[in-house]
Amino acid sequence: MRVGIGFDVTQLIIEQVLNGVQLGMFLFLVAAGLTLVFGFMDVINLAHGSLFMIGAYGMALFAGLTGSFFLGLLLSLPVVALCALLIEYLIIRPLYHRDHLDQVLATFGLILFINEGTTMLFGRTPLFLNVPDILSGTVAITDSFSYPLYRIMIILMGIMVALILWFIIVRTRTGMRIRAGTTNREIVESLGVNIQALNTAIFVVGALFAGFAGAMAGPLSSVEVGMGENLLILCFVCIVIGGIGSIRGALVGALAVGIFDTMGRAFLPDLLKQFMDNATASGIAAGLSSMSIYLLMILVLVFRPTGLFPVAKAG
Amino acid sequence: MKTMKNIFMACAFAAFASPAIAGGDALKIGMITTLSGPAGYLGADVRDGFMLAMIEEGGKLGGVDVEILVEDDGLKPENGRAIAERFLERDEVEIITGVIFSNIAPVVAPLTLRAGKFYISPNSGPSIFAGKGCHKNYFVASWQNDTLHESAGINAQSLGYKNAFIMAPNYQAGKDALTGFKRFFEGEIVDEVFTQLGQTDYAAEIAKIRAAKPEMVFQFLPGGMGINFMKQYDQAGLSDEIPLVLAAPSADINILRAVGSAMVGTANSAHWNHDLDNEANKAFVAGFLAEYDRLPTIYASQGYDTARLIASALRATGGKVVDDMDGFREALRAADFDAVRGPFSFNNNHHPIQNWYSRVVVEENGEFRNKTIGTIVEGHADSYASECKM
Repeated sequence: MRVGIGFDVTQLIIEQVLNGVQLGMFLFLVAAGLTLVFGFMDVINLAHGSLFMIGAYGMALFAGLTGSFFLGLLLSLPVVALCALLIEYLIIRPLYHRDHLDQVLATFGLILFINEGTTMLFGRTPLFLNVPDILSGTVAITDSFSYPLYRIMIILMGIMVALILWFIIVRTRTGMRIRAGTTNREIVESLGVNIQALNTAIFVVGALFAGFAGAMAGPLSSVEVGMGENLLILCFVCIVIGGIGSIRGALVGALAVGIFDTMGRAFLPDLLKQFMDNATASGIAAGLSSMSIYLLMILVLVFRPTGLFPVAKAG
Repeated sequence: MKTMKNIFMACAFAAFASPAIAGGDALKIGMITTLSGPAGYLGADVRDGFMLAMIEEGGKLGGVDVEILVEDDGLKPENGRAIAERFLERDEVEIITGVIFSNIAPVVAPLTLRAGKFYISPNSGPSIFAGKGCHKNYFVASWQNDTLHESAGINAQSLGYKNAFIMAPNYQAGKDALTGFKRFFEGEIVDEVFTQLGQTDYAAEIAKIRAAKPEMVFQFLPGGMGINFMKQYDQAGLSDEIPLVLAAPSADINILRAVGSAMVGTANSAHWNHDLDNEANKAFVAGFLAEYDRLPTIYASQGYDTARLIASALRATGGKVVDDMDGFREALRAADFDAVRGPFSFNNNHHPIQNWYSRVVVEENGEFRNKTIGTIVEGHADSYASECKM
């Protein structure tokens, strides 16, 4: 590590951990819906990232129209819910009992459709949002450094969503049915539970979390066509690490990916600089750190082929 | 999957393809540029600046009837190749221009030159064609890539910074940028960081900057990447603490508009600015505003200068290009036109020798602009020219 120009290692580590947790919470918001839909409905929904994008564009549109961040959030969520209802009814429902390849093809088509549609509506220029005044500014973590309030808000939102989901799934009758359905759909159905209504509800709730994450992403990064696809790949890594169908797994997986990715980007170059010159180290580290989470996934799968928190499957 | 996407793209663009101006036996110029995606405004401005020069002459360039074919490369080299082949074989264009990105130029330029036509760049100036790889029919009317960032390095040096944190995406132009910055900056490089191309979140890099406590940051993150970085840098509370010294692509007017007040006071450098005090520039800025109802970016100025460079050469040869290769080439080399950037001449490698100006971001009536505050270096040439045997 470099010394002599005041390199504060503790502070740097605290900040990078916060960055990792923030990225992890953000991934969790999207991964939670993905893992529920995959685990309970046994549907691979590649278009989950598109719902994230719809949330972001809804936010950009309504925040622009009303001039208020919170009104924008309030208005964009129903749009996401409506899109999710339509997608579930028109595309997903006929595919429940088909194999995964059909679902992948159909939802991939949906990605192309939604991307082109968004291009027609909003054009190809990315949109940018600002952090609302009350959420801008920083919070003092130690005497010498402070962290952006908005990123702390995202961490808190992630924790809140995790708590709500935990409560629903562990403490309510609906949650019990969801857990039962994830293990064996046929038995639950034959016991007289309206599985179709549950399917729709889970799909829409999952979409809402993704849309919410999209809306929150606007002020951090540009809102552009295709923004959901890169995120979706990361989220699949999260749920595969965590164990498909498990909310707890999605949370742990997302945090692991978030922290691993951030730490790789943060400290790998310095590590490599011990052995080689600056420019080469930066180049190699940039390549390695983008690989790091996939290496993590491989490592987890070698020892736990069904993920960290596997959900028991019957049949 | 890729094919499907391309078919979609093809459908989407069919409607806009090849808007032809004039016709008959007019001289054909092919413009291959980037019009879609986050960097689409770069190509759109080059095109609009170029068109403005034609509109001013009533559809002609240098008194010669010209037909201009415009196509979008979508920032994909394979598209650039396909368009170039069509332009050269089917449309029989005599000049190809418009290329924005340095990953398209190495595909399009050799095709054009091998076909015995002229290649005149309004933007991208990769080093491979500036030194040993220079060619008699290859001209760059904008800048050699490295000089953009050399100007930032000289600027940082003259502003008295003792050390710098430098950052760019992990691809060829990003590596050239850091090399260019370091060429004339004599201070210590605290750290150099490569980010992913197209990265959206810079929290980890920003934490490193905070911990490294450099005197200044230099970043080459063009388009949307730069906007994301600057916003997050401001959210992290660093924009008041550690100043940035930038090159023109990281501080164009669209970036200023999106980032807003956080960039006020930021030092940057360019070979052109809307407030440069010369007659050609005043007429250009006023004309652009009147025609398109927006301020021109640096890319628009380059498109305009490229068109007027071509016009000056066409006037000299009476419209002959391929029929009078030597005459047209000599006329281009003379660069006998008033560039909106001020003094302009070609070096032996057909890259510009020009001034670099220092600019600072200011707020005027709620709008964010760059204000020229001085000249960083006069008559600056790139460092590859000596390797070119012409």
